[in-house]
Amino acid sequence: MQALYGQLLVGLINGSFYALLSLGLAVIFGMLEIINFAHGALYMIGAFTAYFLLQYGGLNYWWALLLAPLIVGAFGMLLERTLLRRLKGLDPLYGLLLTFGLALVIQGVFQNYFGSAGMPYAIPDQLRGGVNLGFMYLPIYRGWVVIVSLVVCIATWYLIERTRLGAYLRAATENPTLVRAFGINVPLTITLTYGLGVGLAALAGVLSAPINQVGPLMGADLIIVVFAVVVIGGMGSIMGSVITGFALGVIEGLTKYFYPEASNTVVFVLMVLVLLVKPTGLTGRAN
Amino acid sequence: MASITENAAPDKNRSMADEIVGFIVMAVLLAVVPFTGIYPYFVMQALCFALFACAFNLLIGYSGLLSFGHSMFLGTAGYFTAYTLKLWGVPPAVGVLIGVAAAAVLSVITGAIAIRRQGIYFAMITLALSQLMFFIYLRAPFTGGEDGIQGIPQGTLFWVLDLSHTNTLYYVVVAVFLLAFLLIYRIVNSPFGEVLKAIRENEPRAISLGYKVDQYKLLAFILSGTLAGLAGSMKMFVTQNASLTDVHWTMSGEVVLMTLVGGLGTSFGPVVGAFIIVAMQQYLASFGQWVMVMQGAVFIICVLTFRRGIVGEIAHYFKRSL
Amino acid sequence: MLEATAPLLDVKGLHAWYGESHILHGMDFHVRPGEVVTLLGRNGAGKSTTLKSIMGIIGKRRGSVMFEGHETIQLPSDRIARLGVAFCPEERGIFASLDVKENLLLPPAIRPGGMPVERIFDLFPNLKERLTSQGTKLSGGEQQMLAIARILRTGARFLMLDEPTEGLAPVIIQQIGRTISRLKAEGFTILLVEQNFRFAADLADRFYVVEHGQVIDTFASGELEANMQKLHHYLGV
Repeated sequence: MQALYGQLLVGLINGSFYALLSLGLAVIFGMLEIINFAHGALYMIGAFTAYFLLQYGGLNYWWALLLAPLIVGAFGMLLERTLLRRLKGLDPLYGLLLTFGLALVIQGVFQNYFGSAGMPYAIPDQLRGGVNLGFMYLPIYRGWVVIVSLVVCIATWYLIERTRLGAYLRAATENPTLVRAFGINVPLTITLTYGLGVGLAALAGVLSAPINQVGPLMGADLIIVVFAVVVIGGMGSIMGSVITGFALGVIEGLTKYFYPEASNTVVFVLMVLVLLVKPTGLTGRAN
Repeated sequence: MASITENAAPDKNRSMADEIVGFIVMAVLLAVVPFTGIYPYFVMQALCFALFACAFNLLIGYSGLLSFGHSMFLGTAGYFTAYTLKLWGVPPAVGVLIGVAAAAVLSVITGAIAIRRQGIYFAMITLALSQLMFFIYLRAPFTGGEDGIQGIPQGTLFWVLDLSHTNTLYYVVVAVFLLAFLLIYRIVNSPFGEVLKAIRENEPRAISLGYKVDQYKLLAFILSGTLAGLAGSMKMFVTQNASLTDVHWTMSGEVVLMTLVGGLGTSFGPVVGAFIIVAMQQYLASFGQWVMVMQGAVFIICVLTFRRGIVGEIAHYFKRSL
Repeated sequence: MLEATAPLLDVKGLHAWYGESHILHGMDFHVRPGEVVTLLGRNGAGKSTTLKSIMGIIGKRRGSVMFEGHETIQLPSDRIARLGVAFCPEERGIFASLDVKENLLLPPAIRPGGMPVERIFDLFPNLKERLTSQGTKLSGGEQQMLAIARILRTGARFLMLDEPTEGLAPVIIQQIGRTISRLKAEGFTILLVEQNFRFAADLADRFYVVEHGQVIDTFASGELEANMQKLHHYLGV
């Protein structure tokens, strides 16, 4: 039974990353109509930023949690300004191709300097150890990851659905021309939105660093799973992406317990099933 | 919105003459390679990828569907051909048939699933399906997992052609490639191909005209996957090695790159692109992961400033169809 | 005609294109402060395109559009809006992903003196009751009110209204007419595009007739009766 709860926890953690990353993808897709293939690579940069901040700056995990999303988010905004903006008006598939190229460049550069192996990043002292919950032993850091992810997802949802700033985002997604004609600097809004999406990916990277190793390949396979999550959930609603992400993580965890051979593939199989039954995804609007 | 296939030569100006000339030039060049100092194995490998790219181009260039998972066809056919050649000792032609059949079956199944969405979603779905196949092959015993299948025998084709003899193998590969190229050309310029192009240009209109659009797209997908499988099977004779690399997403990305660089929607673009990318990989092999960086950079540059690709730019400049 | 006051909006030789289509072939007209000016013309004459060109949301423009002495022909639409130009599009542009309150509060204040929300509810009492409804759940008339209401908050004193009465019931049309009269009385300058000639005739100080992307005739409101036949001919009624 312990093993089952253990796998469920792992599932929740993976689900946290799926949720954070698919949330970022959905936010970016809504505003820019670009599927950001580089999202996995940016998640990886987030983890590396935490690593660098510690190695070369002596700045600990808590600083990394704050700074990495900001730094990588700023880098993302630079990418949007210089590269992605030029895709305006083109077929969205070009966006996929360009961000794929970006992902290759980023991963290739990091692989050149760091090889393929991962580097360790220590769990911060304040979050070490665990709690005995009776039915299972909960490592504190892992619980922390799930809670932070939930909080960030809900905060992002709140920002977008309930605040004035979010209203600008939603309106600009729906009708950017008109929003601009009201005097709002829509291009800047788009840049900031990309930065937000990237920041979410980087945050996931920092959260992930103490659990998974910090390595150049950490985002590559993950992004493909996140794509499947996004196809399953549809990108129609923020909450939908988040819930789907967590749910799929849990299902993956359960599969690992009951039928380990399929754990790598269960998300893809579910994607196939969803496509056969509801092609637009669980929350998606018609394409 | 500028479609990803804006490149394709406008049908009104289509002159078969240009393409026939191009084909003859290509055939002649290929025929004389063994008499030049060029390494036939390089050309054979490039031809396998060229066929792979031409098959991929059938889908994106003429049907407007970007598959990001085409490696699953290359690899599936490769594994099935490799296994039956090595462990069942079948003759080469049978091995190829089995490989191609496997790819065909896979393309029917995956096509039926992927066709349900379009555009971006189609690309993501094909990527995910390909990843699914990757994980299946990773664990499946018959593929040899991370080691792959090595030392694949080349055998004797049709009882007379000894494929272990370099020049013989070379001309067989060239022949298969040229025949497949012609087949693709024929498909693209048939009534079926015209409907595909109409669907690519304006799908709602094609639907309103009564075409069963999904069936056409599915058939295009199956043809594309099967021909990609043929490339995968052929490759087994050239490299004598089947591995997970052939089903990895980086392989899917490479065929996209080849076609993009050469020219989406052109006849010769994928061939040119394949040769360039394979050459680049040979030249830069000592640079390790910089190859990946370079490929990524080429993607970015192509998408931003060079969307027509090499052959596309040439065709556009000279106002011909290539 | 008195030419004493400098025009608020002065359009000279305005050409505009939608992609390859050349829609405006040199529009010339002006609007003085406090006036209500109407562009009349048949469908496809280029009236909406003119408003969009002034707003800067059309593909390609050439010529001169001076607003309060600033040349705006090269400016992006958000800069033009911040100069004090407010636009109410033909399709109204109510955002489905926002509720009524968010729709109302969306356009930012670009100048002090924007109408406070209480006054807006005076002018448009229906909106007050529907604040939490999703924007597009409102009726056509209510959406039109909302579209006008939200630009009043910004402080812009120059309003461009594209077919505000289109598709609306007579009772709503009257309400909108009263609203525009009140705005005029408060000193707003309004450039109106209207198919509904009667509606425009009651409100406007001057009229321009537009055909094939050019101004072909102009009247003051006092000269209307005398030119009815000409007008009927232009408008094809």
